[in-house]
Amino acid sequence: MLTAILIMTGIALVLGAVLGFASIKFKVEGDPLVDQIDAILPQTQCGQCGFPGCRPYATAIAGGEAEINQCPPGGEEGIRKLADLLGREFKPLSEEHGVEKPKAVAVIDEATCIGCTLCIQACPVDAIVGAAKQMHTIIAADCTGCELCLAPCPVDCISMEPIAETVDTWKWRYPVFAIKQAA
Amino acid sequence: MLRKLFSFHGGVKPATHKDQSTLDPIAPVPLPERLVIPLHQSVGGQPRPLVQPGERVFKGQRIGAADGSLSSAVHASTSGLVRDIVPAVMPHTSGLTTLSVVIEPDGEDRWGELDKVRFRSTPPDELRDFLRDAGIVGLGGAVFPSHLKLKPGKEGALQTLVINGAECEPFITCDDMLMRERAGDMLKGIIAMRHMLQAREVLIGIEDNKPQAIAAVQAAIAASGETGIEAVAIPTRYPAGGAKQLIRVLTGIEVPHGRRSTDFGVQCFNVGTAYSIFEALELGRPLISRIVTVAGNVDAPRNYEVLIGTPMDHVVRLSGARAGTDRYIMGGPMMGARMPAFDVPVVKATNCILVGSPALFPPPPPEMPCIRCGECAKACPADLAPFEMYWHSRAKNFGKAQEYHLFDCIECGCCSFVCPSHIPLVDYFRFSKSEIWAREREKEAADAARDRFEFKNFRQEREKQEKAEKLAAKAAATREKVGADGAATATASGGAAPAKPSADDAKRALIEAAMEKARQQKAQVQARNTDAADPAVQAEIAAIEARRLASATPPTDSPPSSGA
Repeated sequence: MLTAILIMTGIALVLGAVLGFASIKFKVEGDPLVDQIDAILPQTQCGQCGFPGCRPYATAIAGGEAEINQCPPGGEEGIRKLADLLGREFKPLSEEHGVEKPKAVAVIDEATCIGCTLCIQACPVDAIVGAAKQMHTIIAADCTGCELCLAPCPVDCISMEPIAETVDTWKWRYPVFAIKQAA
Repeated sequence: MLRKLFSFHGGVKPATHKDQSTLDPIAPVPLPERLVIPLHQSVGGQPRPLVQPGERVFKGQRIGAADGSLSSAVHASTSGLVRDIVPAVMPHTSGLTTLSVVIEPDGEDRWGELDKVRFRSTPPDELRDFLRDAGIVGLGGAVFPSHLKLKPGKEGALQTLVINGAECEPFITCDDMLMRERAGDMLKGIIAMRHMLQAREVLIGIEDNKPQAIAAVQAAIAASGETGIEAVAIPTRYPAGGAKQLIRVLTGIEVPHGRRSTDFGVQCFNVGTAYSIFEALELGRPLISRIVTVAGNVDAPRNYEVLIGTPMDHVVRLSGARAGTDRYIMGGPMMGARMPAFDVPVVKATNCILVGSPALFPPPPPEMPCIRCGECAKACPADLAPFEMYWHSRAKNFGKAQEYHLFDCIECGCCSFVCPSHIPLVDYFRFSKSEIWAREREKEAADAARDRFEFKNFRQEREKQEKAEKLAAKAAATREKVGADGAATATASGGAAPAKPSADDAKRALIEAAMEKARQQKAQVQARNTDAADPAVQAEIAAIEARRLASATPPTDSPPSSGA
């Protein structure tokens, strides 16, 4: 009887020590689920979801504080991927957070710009260059099309222009064929 | 002379339709009214325009400079006036535009200065730059800049240089005619390439349905007296002209997934590329024209030497398009692309203008369900399972399609050709490939945006911290200074000031110091309206001021009010 209890206690101690060691040694930094969600989000950093950036939104989804249908730039495809990852039901994009739009870049009308630097401060990805009382311009390649620079501009000189298709970005269409008319 | 040949998997034997266009020799084309030369004609970066509208150019003058090493230059095809540099419709299925130089020929067709190069005495790097600036690209259809392929690889020497004269696609005969008429010059280009690659042997693969071309090339080799160059007749089977297939047939080497033929000591070039390399090195002429087959729904199919930028309908008119023509196809019936308009320009990739009509190429019968018969897998020269890739492409399950090695598909069209259900398999594969590329681009952009966003947050945080530190340091410095001043005053007055001022005292001293500083600043900045007065008035003011100071009560600590 005593031997059995001692053996069981011994095993429990050893296993407890192993588990305790493992939880310290192999501790996972951060939440891997947040990273996976963040990888699906489009990284527009537009804040349309109600969170200050894509990662905070990913954290909120992982914590169950946000729905998966709050990201307009990610669109329907993004929602489907999130639903797949999290095992949740697909939901159409929530209307209060915006609508899915074709990808666009911001363009500054350089003749109107007064050089107030407000848009530079608003840009989440530092894609605007300029200095106080100097003309500003947008690095189109880095612009995510988040539209956050539109509101602060006091002279309304920023507009969104849809990205035109070029031969390099052109995609073959899904093959569609007329079904033969029944005689 | 008997050489062991190998075989590649699959392939098909479509009707060749090559006889009519080889009856007549290659013909020149009269100058068109306008040449539209797209700047972006090769794989890689878009060349930068070097000319301005209104400028006169000579034939062979460089009008677009290669942008980086993966790019190739573009030249004026004839002498004339640059009318415009505008986006123009390019010969591409999409019908999109690309920046093009519009040249109005002056009719003189005058060459500019031509630089020739002796390839044997020029270092390889210089030769490669020369070929890049001569705009030499692969003329078999892929238009990959040739200078990048003319590197011998890690070992410093290549085992086999394969020259592709197979020309397996139906209707096209431009390489056939080139070999028949210009085999000698083409051979000079091949010798230059062999020199650059340090290749031990050269194999020129020609399909056995071109006996005249084989004879012409063999005669040229015999006449040149070169050894180690051999023209090999290979069995006619589509797509024997694919680079990997031809290498397989001639050398038995099967280039595996994700590797290059140079890893196995083999490099492959088209016969047209060899000829243009001869022209560039020995005549100094950049790539400004190519041989184009006009075939299909025309009265007299024939090959023409066409200047790059000539509108396609200008060339087709010479052969006489028949009634019912509804489309031009660039390339052959298997791999060709339908052109968005009749007047798109001939570019370096244009080996054939196939004139189509509903009678010649009837619309495909309706697509039927896949019955998984496996005919496509039997026909696939890349050893793939097209029906599996089709299944996943159709379902837009791109990851799965990639697992079946979608990117090893050469889009030869054999699977669509044999499919009993008339499924346009290649269309599905092209769709899948472009979707995957688009997704990869989006992913890269998202990753870059994430990095930039995180850096911006880090930068803001850092700036805030730096500012706080700076403020704290300044406050400490002021406090120290005031403390010292206070102590000095206390000692000077001999009063019983405490040696260690309490916190309250220190604060008060700080405030007083700040106020004193502000007062001084104000006095300095305040403009005096007497500054501009003449000296007499100034002197009077000074006298009054002195009197006022003398009569005033001894100075106190209170700030001077305006009424004082």
